Amino acid sequence: MSMAAESPIMSVKGLARSFGGIQAVNDCSFDVRPGRITGLIGPNGAGKTTVFNVITGFLGADRGSILLRGREILGLSPHQVERLGVVRTFQHLRLWSKMTVLENVLLGCATPAGENVFSLFLRPGAVRAEEARARERAMEVLEFFGLSGRTHEFAEDLAYPEQKLLSMARIFAADAPVMLLDEPASGLDGESLRRIVPLVRKLVEHGKTVLLIEHNMELISELSDDVVFLHQGRVLAAGAPAEITRDPALTEIYFGV
Amino acid sequence: MTAYIAHYLVMVGIYAILALSLNLLIGYSGIFSLAHAAIYGIGAYASALVALKLGLGFWGGMVIAAGVGALASALVAIPSLRVSGDYYVVASFGLQVVVLAVFMNWTDLTNGHAGLPGIPRPNVLGWVIDQPFEYVFLAAAFAVLTYAVCWRLTNSAFGRVLQAIRDDEIAAQAMGKDVVRVKIVIACISSALGAMAGSLYAHYITYINPSSFALHESIFIASLVILGGSERLAGPIVGTFLLLAIPEVLKFLAIPDTVAAPVRQIIYGALLIIFMLVRPEGILGRVRSETEHAK
Repeated sequence: MSMAAESPIMSVKGLARSFGGIQAVNDCSFDVRPGRITGLIGPNGAGKTTVFNVITGFLGADRGSILLRGREILGLSPHQVERLGVVRTFQHLRLWSKMTVLENVLLGCATPAGENVFSLFLRPGAVRAEEARARERAMEVLEFFGLSGRTHEFAEDLAYPEQKLLSMARIFAADAPVMLLDEPASGLDGESLRRIVPLVRKLVEHGKTVLLIEHNMELISELSDDVVFLHQGRVLAAGAPAEITRDPALTEIYFGV
Repeated sequence: MTAYIAHYLVMVGIYAILALSLNLLIGYSGIFSLAHAAIYGIGAYASALVALKLGLGFWGGMVIAAGVGALASALVAIPSLRVSGDYYVVASFGLQVVVLAVFMNWTDLTNGHAGLPGIPRPNVLGWVIDQPFEYVFLAAAFAVLTYAVCWRLTNSAFGRVLQAIRDDEIAAQAMGKDVVRVKIVIACISSALGAMAGSLYAHYITYINPSSFALHESIFIASLVILGGSERLAGPIVGTFLLLAIPEVLKFLAIPDTVAAPVRQIIYGALLIIFMLVRPEGILGRVRSETEHAK
């Protein structure tokens, strides 16, 4: 298979997770290759968001393994997964709505000294220098996402497409190598879509690896390098987008009969 | 008259520390605690006992009070804040009830209802603070210190994380913040400061008994925060000045003591309800952002 060509940055193996009697994810295995965009697709209820939640430590798994650069991350808590280099967005964005755009991005930047109570009082110089660096970085990120004119507005006061951009800016600021995007295009109109697609491409140019959930098939074909097709918690097919979208059996499952 | 105003100002200083420290939880972290009077009492008893039984002075007593206060809070925070902030309301209520029961029933140590008399006055570099107006400076110094600590905590990356946890805990976790640790740390700092207020109180009044640290006192401290405005650092201070003035004003009206106490409670209750309906953000109201100005 073509996906074995390059050693994966993240490798999901035999993942299973049930809720009561419902098997949301069942023996799910796939690889994410570095520096590429992998699209995770499938009909509603296929288990895509559950997979995201298990990878990022918000849900436990019944069985399986998730290797990040060869290291097991299953069983770690969400903040530990983030610190190892996996960041994510949420379908419902989860911005800090009562905080400003700048603060939302600053929270993505690394500020270990300023977040530590002891160094806050005992090493004010280091804290000040770190905060200045974080602000500089945050402004660069906001520039990159075209939000630098909105710096001091509350996140909740932004228009929806801009909120969506902010949710990506926030995780981009964290400078993690693996970015998980949960439906980056949902709820966007044509013009906003044209703004977001090249941005996701640019993430890869910046050395990021992207795993994204998306329903818009056109977008998946346009954006993804690899596609993983999930159905009833299992991987039905994995490969190039053209192969997957042309497969009539998969199309039938995706759109229903 | 001077002594009278001095007493009011000392109590404002002590309650300002209580309200500021409680606001670190209520306003900045979105954690509601009903145990602040218990923490206040732990500080007062720890400090008094250290002074009476071990002969350690005010300063040693205050340090131990802060430590014991933080420890008591950690014991409750570590199991309950793991789950979710909401459980802390119940857990802190439990702490309040248990601590008060200990004050009342561990008579060998606390002397029960009769309380502990004869707590020494503070000695600052050989100067015994025994006049109310002298104590105003001591209380004010600690209130200013508490304000400075709270300012630093909230106007920083740490303060940003607190607000992020208050706004959306899951997003904070996803961005690599160790939410449980941060909540435990802030609960301990809040309690250490609250226990310091207890120490100040014990060495000021020189006599303590359990009735000063009951549940209604916890609710009173929370009222100072809510009425003053929990979204701004100065809010609890405004609340303290105003609510502590109410009983003093009542004294000037010719109301008998037996009526004054319930009237006071009615006024507090009515104020809380009115504010919840008309101005839930408190007197000082809302500020757009504070950590923006952090340096």
